[in-house]
Amino acid sequence: MSVPQYRRVAALALVTGLGLSLAACSTKSEDDGGTDAAGKVTITVDCQPVAAQKELLQNWNADVTEFQKQNPDIAIKSVSVGQQCNNPPDFTARLAGGTTTDVFYGYMTDLQQVLDSGQALDITRYVTKDTVPTWDSVDPALKVVFTDGGKLYGVPVKNYSMGLVYNKALFQRAGLDVENPPKTWPEVREAAKRIAALGDGVAGYSEYSAGNTGGWHFTSLLYSQGGTVLSEDGKKATFNSPEGRQVLQNLKDMRYGDDSMGSRQLLQWGDLLTNAAAGKVGMFIGAPDTTQAIVSQFKGRFSDWAVAPLPGQTGLAKGTLGGGEGYFFKKDLTPEQVRAGLKWIAYQKLTPGKGQFDYVRAKPQNYPVGLPQPLLFANGSEAQKQEFDLRKANANVPVENFALFENNQLPIKGEPRNAQAIYAVLDSAMSGVLTDPNAQVDALLKTAEEKVGQLLAAGS
Amino acid sequence: MATITAPAPARRTAHPRPATTRRRRKIQDNLTGHAFLIGAVGCFALFMWYPMIRGVVMSFQHSRRGVTSWVGWDNYIRIVNDPSFWTAWRNTFHFTGLALVLGFVLPFVVAILLNEFRHAKGYLRVLVYLPVMLPPASALYLFKYYAYDPSEAGLFNALLRAAHLPTSEWMQSPTMTMPAMVIASTWMNMGGAVLIYLAALQNIPGDLYEAAELDGAGLVKRIWHVTIPQTRLILALLAMTQIVATMQLFIEPLILANGAGTQDSATSVAYLIYQHGFFQNDLNGAAALGVIMLVVLGAFSAVYLRLSTRQDR
Repeated sequence: MSVPQYRRVAALALVTGLGLSLAACSTKSEDDGGTDAAGKVTITVDCQPVAAQKELLQNWNADVTEFQKQNPDIAIKSVSVGQQCNNPPDFTARLAGGTTTDVFYGYMTDLQQVLDSGQALDITRYVTKDTVPTWDSVDPALKVVFTDGGKLYGVPVKNYSMGLVYNKALFQRAGLDVENPPKTWPEVREAAKRIAALGDGVAGYSEYSAGNTGGWHFTSLLYSQGGTVLSEDGKKATFNSPEGRQVLQNLKDMRYGDDSMGSRQLLQWGDLLTNAAAGKVGMFIGAPDTTQAIVSQFKGRFSDWAVAPLPGQTGLAKGTLGGGEGYFFKKDLTPEQVRAGLKWIAYQKLTPGKGQFDYVRAKPQNYPVGLPQPLLFANGSEAQKQEFDLRKANANVPVENFALFENNQLPIKGEPRNAQAIYAVLDSAMSGVLTDPNAQVDALLKTAEEKVGQLLAAGS
Repeated sequence: MATITAPAPARRTAHPRPATTRRRRKIQDNLTGHAFLIGAVGCFALFMWYPMIRGVVMSFQHSRRGVTSWVGWDNYIRIVNDPSFWTAWRNTFHFTGLALVLGFVLPFVVAILLNEFRHAKGYLRVLVYLPVMLPPASALYLFKYYAYDPSEAGLFNALLRAAHLPTSEWMQSPTMTMPAMVIASTWMNMGGAVLIYLAALQNIPGDLYEAAELDGAGLVKRIWHVTIPQTRLILALLAMTQIVATMQLFIEPLILANGAGTQDSATSVAYLIYQHGFFQNDLNGAAALGVIMLVVLGAFSAVYLRLSTRQDR
């Protein structure tokens, strides 16, 4: 073959290849009504644990096998989207690109985003005792979070509220009473000072101030003081208040007055928990399941950690931030697929003794049984009683470490509307008091208030 | 007298190709060329031009509840009124300015020094280029946790303390955030520029330096009167590419400052686009800001090209 011929053949191959690949890209998969060749209803579900979460992954796969055995007409295709099932940028990209799974995981605060993306499906008429047998027991307050305009768009599967997470080992070393953790912010400050005095880079109290997590925790701290982020109608910022000032002043006093918060700031979720797992953090605010992350992701120890109710300025907190997770359903699913998806969620997430509540299976694993949350079922309901008894019988963590938190339930407040945009602004106030010894609390709050005002006025 | 007759010139036996054959041949050649082009053009169209056009279209739209509508300049007005809009531009220009001073001059100086070395040239070149081979994220994490640690354990603070100089909180200090990002960025990226400068320097004829030396020019004068004029084009090209690249500052704030940095001191325009698009569920606003950035960079490039063309005349 001569050179020009080679060139011609190569060019032809190139064009053919390109044409085929473009055709492959553009060919819409055949509309099979969600059934596979064997006539099974097929659904894709995300948030399958990643390979590093060995036992969780084994449990998930075992659940899929068992569920498919019980429902031979349904096939579950699991998709893993990372250890943090909803990393906001990834979640947004999947929504915008229309690449979510049929049944997809999201936070309670994601409903508006899912609705805006046009990916949400109204599942009101599908959620029945037939598809979700424990539905009547599910806390009505959690159902409301996934409801818009009287229509249900998601099923709650986990919830949390924040408390004071503290390291018992460090408390003991600092001579503090592990049974009597701080109940007020002045007590937190005193305890933090004593823990930080242990040296070796230990922070008595640690806090976020970057990646929007600073704003998230500012909100919880503000709730603990009795403050609010926005007015009732959501049109005005209300955090530039005595409560907001107290939040920042407490942090500034600990950071620069006492030097009890360590030198490393601009922390995000993983940064703080990594330090905590390394035994370098005495206290921080978080939900009980942060201890699970500390143990399973960051290699800490359950026995070191306990959770108390969130402190307030003069007594226990006036409120605490709550949130949670659920599963949404992608638009265009067939009724059979929606029912199949609901059955799967009911089995894996909402049945005492199965899936996430299979405490007998979890007990010998490095997975906590006995944490006071999630509290998906309404108090006094049949499912709640079953779940509570199973949890108590199979606890593998020292439940007394969570008793204070469990026995002192505080009023739970949700996140403000347009939370992420507001958190981005509030990050700046948090980072201000944690990195600038000359930071002016009033000025930081005033600037943040103006910025949030601009955001609200622009309708962002 | 013998007459030698020159042989008659050989008649050209080959017939000239008919016009149709030539045309066919030309078309065939062009077709082959175009076929090879299709791949590149297809990739550009799919991954560069289409997203750009789509971005411009999105910047004039608003999507809510799956319904997209045209909203004119609303997204632009909203994005300009974003509380961080002007801060982001100020930070971006600040970074670009500092990066020009440090990131543009330093590689040139390093290239000149390397060019002067007689021994171990290859080894030194590899050494300078090594950081470029590190994935940017790894390099930045090295800086974040190893060099810029605000405690006494941080590398830079240890060096400063050893030299009896005041230490810094680096990324936690609003005033040091930008210089710290520029230092890390320059370290990561200068290897490529050094190699390009080095190649340009080695193309300068040695006679010019000899003549300059004979005229009594010292090192500085030789650089000023020979090196810089001879590498002017390369310098100009790299200056432009560097400005365009540094204005798209993103990964440095994302990793070193965990995003916005202390009191917004690291928020760049590209990071603000990311915030709007992926945290605030505002892809239309993000698209509008992207278009504004495109216009600014385009205008800069146009002015720059015009000025450099005039200079060349």
